[in-house]
Amino acid sequence: MKFSVMISEGPYTHQASDTAYNFTKAALENGHECFRVFFYHDGVNNGTRLSTPPTDDRNVINRWSELAAAHNLDLVLCVAAAQRRGIADADEAKRNGKDADNIAPGFRISGLGQLIEAGIQSDRLVTFGD
Amino acid sequence: MSETKKFLYVNRKAPYGTIYALESLEVVLIGAAFEQDVALAFLDDGVYQLTKGQATDEVGMKNFSPTYRALGDYDVNKIYVEQESLDARGLSLDDLQALTYEDEDDDYAEKDSIKVVSAAELAKIMEQSDVILSF
Repeated sequence: MKFSVMISEGPYTHQASDTAYNFTKAALENGHECFRVFFYHDGVNNGTRLSTPPTDDRNVINRWSELAAAHNLDLVLCVAAAQRRGIADADEAKRNGKDADNIAPGFRISGLGQLIEAGIQSDRLVTFGD
Repeated sequence: MSETKKFLYVNRKAPYGTIYALESLEVVLIGAAFEQDVALAFLDDGVYQLTKGQATDEVGMKNFSPTYRALGDYDVNKIYVEQESLDARGLSLDDLQALTYEDEDDDYAEKDSIKVVSAAELAKIMEQSDVILSF
C-alpha cells in the first residue's frame, strides 16, 4: 500500500502529529510505502528546528527528522501556511528579507500542489487533525 | 499524471474564527489546476461559509466569501450542502450566495453549482470519492 499523510495541527497543542507519526512509523515498519507527509495549517509548526521542549518530553520535531532520515521520507511544509506562521528555509528567508531561517532537517517547503499530487499518486491519503 | 481521481473537499467549520475555511479554499483553487474530478461538501458550521451578505469589518478579517463565486470559472461546479446542517442552523438555500457555472456541454448555459443533499446522500458521495480532504 502506498499512502500519504496530511497533518493540520501544531506539534504540542494537539495530538494529530503524534498520531500521524505513530501511524507512519508503524506503516513503514510493516512494509508499506509513504509517498509524502504534507504539513498544512498550524501543522507547519512541526517543521521548526528552534522547538525546544523540556528534556523529559518527547521531541516531536526531531522524531520526524529522524524518521525522514531512516526511511527517506518526503516531509513537505506548505509554503503559504509556513510564511504566515514564520517557518522558513534559507531560500525563503532570503527571498522575504528575513534575517534567519528555522526549518528542521528532513523538511522542505513547497506548494499545495504537492498535497494534490499526494492524493493522486497514493492509494490512501490519511489526514490527521480536527 | 493521466489518472483522474474523485476529490472531495469537506468543509465543516465556520468561515471566520479559525483559518481552516480560508486555507481549504486555497487548496481547492490550487487543486483545480490538476484536472481531477472535484467536488465540495459543506456541512456542520461549514454551511456558514456560503452564506450571503457576509460582513467582516468588525472582526478585522478579510471577507473572502466572494472567492467562492470564482469556483465555476475553475470548473468546480459540484457543491453539496447538507440539508440537516442548514435545518439545524435555521438556514435555507435562500440564505446562501448563488454559485453558478457555464455548462459547456449545454451551449454555455448558466447553471447552479449548489445542490442541497441529505446526510445519507452525502454519505454516498463520500463513499464514492477517492480522496477526501476534510477541513
